[in-house]
Amino acid sequence: MEKPLTGHIKDDGSQLELKGYEKEGGYRAVKKVIGKIDPENVTATVKDSNLKGRGGAGFGTGMKWGFVPMGEDAITPKYLVANADEMEPGTFKDRLLMEENPHLLIEGMILSAYAIQASIGFIFIRGAYVKSVDRLEKAIHEAREKGYLGKNILKSGFDLDLYIHISVGRYMCGEETALLNALEGRRATPRFKPPYPQASGLFGNPTIVNNVETLCCVPYIMEHGAEAFKNLSYTDEGGTKLYGVSGNVKNPGTWELPLGTTMREVIEEHAGGMMNGYTFRGALPGGASTDFLVNDHMDVKLDFSTVMNVGSRLGTGTLVVLDDKTCPVGFVANLMRFFGRESCGWCTPCRDGIPFVQKTLEAMEAGKGKEGDMDVLESHVEFMGPGNTFCAFAPGAMEPLQSAMKYFGKDFKQHITDKKCAWKGNGK
Amino acid sequence: MVNIYIDGIKYQAEEGKNLLDYCLSVGLDIPYFCFHPAMGSVGACRLCAVKMYKDENDTRGKIIMSCVQPVQDGMIISIEDPEVKHFRAQVIESLMNNHPHDCPICDEGGECHLQDMTVMTGHVYRRNRFKKRTYRNQYLGPFINHEMNRCIQCYRCTRFYREYAGGYDLDVFGIHSRVFFGRHQDGMLENEFSGNLVEVCPTGVFTDKTLKKHYTRKWDLSTAPSICEHCSLGCNTIPGERYGKLRRIRNRYNYDVNGYFLCDRGRFGYEYVNRETRIKKIKARFGAELQDTTEDEILDKITNAFEKGKTLGIGSARASVEANYALNKLVGAENFYAGISGKDHQILRNYLDILRNYPVNVPSMKETEEADYVLVLGEDITHSAPRLALSLRQTLMKKAMDEAARVSIPRWLDHAVREFYQDGKAPMTTITPYNTKLDDVASKSLRLNPHDTVKFGFLLANRINNDAPAVKDYPGEWDEWLDQLAKALINAKKPLIVSGWGNGLEEMLKAAANITQALNGEERKAGLFYALPEANSMGLGLLEGNDLSGIMETGDAPENLIILENDLYRHFDKVQADKFFNQFKNILLIDHTETNTTDHASFVLPSGVTAESSGTFINTEGRAQRFYKAYIPEAPVMDSWRWLGRIENHLKKTGGQWNSLDECLAELVKGYTVFKPLTELAPPSGFRINGEKVARAPHRYTGRTSMHAHKNVHEQKPPQDEDAPMSFTMEGYNGTPPSSLVSHYWKPGWNSVQALNKYQQEVGGPMHDGDPGKRVIEPTDNPKQQYFKVPVFETKTEAGELYLTPVPHIFGSGEMSSLSAAIREATPEPYVLIHPNVAGQNDLNEDDVAIVRANGKEWKLKVKTDDKMADDVAGITTGFRQSYIVELPLKGNIEKQEKK
Repeated sequence: MEKPLTGHIKDDGSQLELKGYEKEGGYRAVKKVIGKIDPENVTATVKDSNLKGRGGAGFGTGMKWGFVPMGEDAITPKYLVANADEMEPGTFKDRLLMEENPHLLIEGMILSAYAIQASIGFIFIRGAYVKSVDRLEKAIHEAREKGYLGKNILKSGFDLDLYIHISVGRYMCGEETALLNALEGRRATPRFKPPYPQASGLFGNPTIVNNVETLCCVPYIMEHGAEAFKNLSYTDEGGTKLYGVSGNVKNPGTWELPLGTTMREVIEEHAGGMMNGYTFRGALPGGASTDFLVNDHMDVKLDFSTVMNVGSRLGTGTLVVLDDKTCPVGFVANLMRFFGRESCGWCTPCRDGIPFVQKTLEAMEAGKGKEGDMDVLESHVEFMGPGNTFCAFAPGAMEPLQSAMKYFGKDFKQHITDKKCAWKGNGK
Repeated sequence: MVNIYIDGIKYQAEEGKNLLDYCLSVGLDIPYFCFHPAMGSVGACRLCAVKMYKDENDTRGKIIMSCVQPVQDGMIISIEDPEVKHFRAQVIESLMNNHPHDCPICDEGGECHLQDMTVMTGHVYRRNRFKKRTYRNQYLGPFINHEMNRCIQCYRCTRFYREYAGGYDLDVFGIHSRVFFGRHQDGMLENEFSGNLVEVCPTGVFTDKTLKKHYTRKWDLSTAPSICEHCSLGCNTIPGERYGKLRRIRNRYNYDVNGYFLCDRGRFGYEYVNRETRIKKIKARFGAELQDTTEDEILDKITNAFEKGKTLGIGSARASVEANYALNKLVGAENFYAGISGKDHQILRNYLDILRNYPVNVPSMKETEEADYVLVLGEDITHSAPRLALSLRQTLMKKAMDEAARVSIPRWLDHAVREFYQDGKAPMTTITPYNTKLDDVASKSLRLNPHDTVKFGFLLANRINNDAPAVKDYPGEWDEWLDQLAKALINAKKPLIVSGWGNGLEEMLKAAANITQALNGEERKAGLFYALPEANSMGLGLLEGNDLSGIMETGDAPENLIILENDLYRHFDKVQADKFFNQFKNILLIDHTETNTTDHASFVLPSGVTAESSGTFINTEGRAQRFYKAYIPEAPVMDSWRWLGRIENHLKKTGGQWNSLDECLAELVKGYTVFKPLTELAPPSGFRINGEKVARAPHRYTGRTSMHAHKNVHEQKPPQDEDAPMSFTMEGYNGTPPSSLVSHYWKPGWNSVQALNKYQQEVGGPMHDGDPGKRVIEPTDNPKQQYFKVPVFETKTEAGELYLTPVPHIFGSGEMSSLSAAIREATPEPYVLIHPNVAGQNDLNEDDVAIVRANGKEWKLKVKTDDKMADDVAGITTGFRQSYIVELPLKGNIEKQEKK
């Protein structure tokens, strides 16, 4: 099986340096494309490849680029921003790419910037990813020395300067417009859309924000063509995907697999199944802000549209597994603590709704649940539904809660009627 | 116009307009918090949710926020849909998770937008059993009280303070459910418009600290439409009184003038009214002492004294047109003097000449916001005409909105506009001797001494248009600036030149006028906005009083003198004024507050302050605006024009002099046709709606009896007002009266200031029947440019000599406001502002005491430095009580005071 993202990563976890990367075919796409193919054609190829954004929303990458104003009237400089603020709980896929194959991201950024004719690129990276920062810095330096970055790249007349911006660290910065505000030195609150960043983004100029993994797919597409990329997957959506599993499984980790691999294969084959004595109850398929999938969904193909059809979202594709020895109420309460803490405080439902949900769940956990608490939870799920809040943060936060109540509702109610958590045995 | 459907009813709306704004404008009630008509939409609070349907077959619909939704052709909306109503109630529930239940002890109670919205959404039952979050409050200075626990995080405060008003020291800190709105540390809010937070905040986080000292609920206040008396802009205000004490000043919306906002001097400068030093009794001099006497007695005394000999009358720029006219009539026009310095008199005369005879466009304050290039010539506007600075600042946002339209961002989508325009500047150049606050939005700021500024102005006029007189001899480096600025102004469709009294130079006005003349052409009339010093400088000017400085010099004075609301020591040098007063046998003073002039009076009559009087002020653009008494002051205090009418009756034994404002105005118009519009400013006192007068107080459910229940439970007969069609109680018409009679904003369900929406033609637009006030002087249609001749410019200063230029200060320079406690707390010590180089040459450091010498006199002032100011200038705080230097600008020297 071809692995365009991780295929040439070294086994020892060390950084693939420029020499090694070039030896593996690195920067071949850059040489093929920059100055030789029209930028619009690069966008068209990516559109044809059906590459969907790997940050979680699954929006067509080529389509996103297609909204960037092109031609002489376009406002310049345009910006390309790599969203490397990987803060989604249970998600650790971009880190692997940046630590072990940083040149792949750089090459992807060169190609993507060329497609939208951006002359400045930023890698907005999670502050905790110290190793990624070190390695990216080294790689950028190498690429600049070699003429892949800077002025007049490969004598094509195309310029691109790449900068690393280390995030001070808030989950909110993963939202692309909040990221732009943070990058400008402002509070990391999201911006109203429209205007989309393509029209008015970083410093008010046309901007594309793409996830690291998304950008890393671009070199393969440009080297081997849209069809080849599409053929990598099991479904209509093109390419491979970094799947991951965390929780009480035998072999937690992250693996590059064809897009559309089933949950059963990911958990049972690659993660080695549940640890002895633990039974699978459910999993969040793509980080904390997705709906639970349960046993019935074991054979669901994990791509964006299929997971959507069974009521969840693929998200980041890194599964968080819930087992029978973990209290689902406590599990969700923990997530709500996270979301409540990370809310930016801009809009009412998120800022003041999540803490109410969190306190209610914590009370239930502590055996202090009351009649009416289920109503509180249910009404908040509805309250923070998509479109009701300023950005997708709170609707995302409600996804694990609403699905947990759907699949494990009995456990929730039992907390209230028994006045204790059966897993902790506390209460009166 | 397109058709839209709201709950099944067809409406015609302007496409692209903000849906919330539209719905509120047609009278529909959608609750909201973060939207503000002057500041647009940001979509934060989520309260203005409505349902939108794809088409008539869509029965589910989706929840959208009306404040960020443009009106579209054929759109189908529901405000009343049960699901969206429930959603809005849940927004309130969420805010109530943490909002304290302290309404009974909250200063906002009774006029709280949060209370109104809570009731409007129907949220009643608290489900949340957990603890509320609490904060530590901050000391924010003498104006604003801070109570963060009440915060509902609508972000209006920081949006107003930082984005609208350009402040830096109020911000949002922290995240999630613990965001905090305050300063980085305790301290006075630095922005000059901080008082607006009181009205911008939808609940009781930021409240009026001066009101707190003598707190009264909205429904207990007697209020009236009034005009701010603290500068010449004529901002519309609502003073509120209870038990004879003035409690607070609120903004009164006037689309053309102040819109939604006041400056802090205007809002907090009222406290002098309640001071002990108010003149409240009739007094006559017995030897060295002024002693109380009665009205009958003093009128006889005055008659005896003033019957013989000629009487000279001195008017006042802080007294109403009516009062000045009454004096003018009493003493005769030939004996009526304007009571301002010779320099001010000359400026006023020139300004009137420009307005009457030059083809110049004098914009309203609202129109200044629309200017597409502004030149501020030699004036620190923020301190000489503060509210105007806030308007000029909005030229930045107008430019940003125009730019953002390139990527189809609606003008009302506030943050999107700002995010697009980023740190872009306003189309503005400031030329001042020292750093001014408007410099942070100006595209360019030049530092020149005032005399060079005048020269630069004349040069610029000539650079724009060759017909303007030329100037020789100027520094070569000016050429580039002149070319740039000339080009920017020529390219502008609505260029505006701004200056004012603060620089004290008659030639500055002439230079500004010449620039406007040079810019005028077929297709465009350049704007000139010149800020005069006092609330009624313009009204005084139109009465054509004589120049007092003429007889000050000659000493050729008659026997008797009547002074109307004027302290001559603010206009003339002390020695000169002393000498002047000593010439008179009898001096009658009519004023409301003791000043240095009071000491010379033989007779004193107590007049009402603006909030206790009725009359008219004419603002600097020539707009006549009526004010009415908010309450009847305790006798014998009354309107100056009423006193003067009574004196005339007594003195001339004619009888039949006016008894009411309408009668006074009728007389006035006979004598001066220019004042004709004054009779049309508001309905006459006989005006009634449904047979009722307009109520000065909002309806109060306990009735007015309980107002005085602590003294007497019998219902007192309320006092009558002969001058206005308004009652002094809650009884009367409480609907929407003519806008000239609006004294409070209240509509069913809307107890806060946001009820204003219902008084406007459309939200943020003019008042329902047009805005009160009428221009008495309109620019001439004569298209022929006229130019002032180039003056003789000051020669270079001698070594060590500096241009001593006045530095006006919002807190300190105002005559009456500087007596108010909160303003005094915010007032700096008088200072001299110099360049560090000048300080260095004179061995001076910041905060040292320097001796400033000029005209054979000396003043001791604290040193302040500004490394960006012109280095041939020393700025001296002007109008301060402690060190009044009336002669500025001057040339002089500075040196260190040697320690004893």
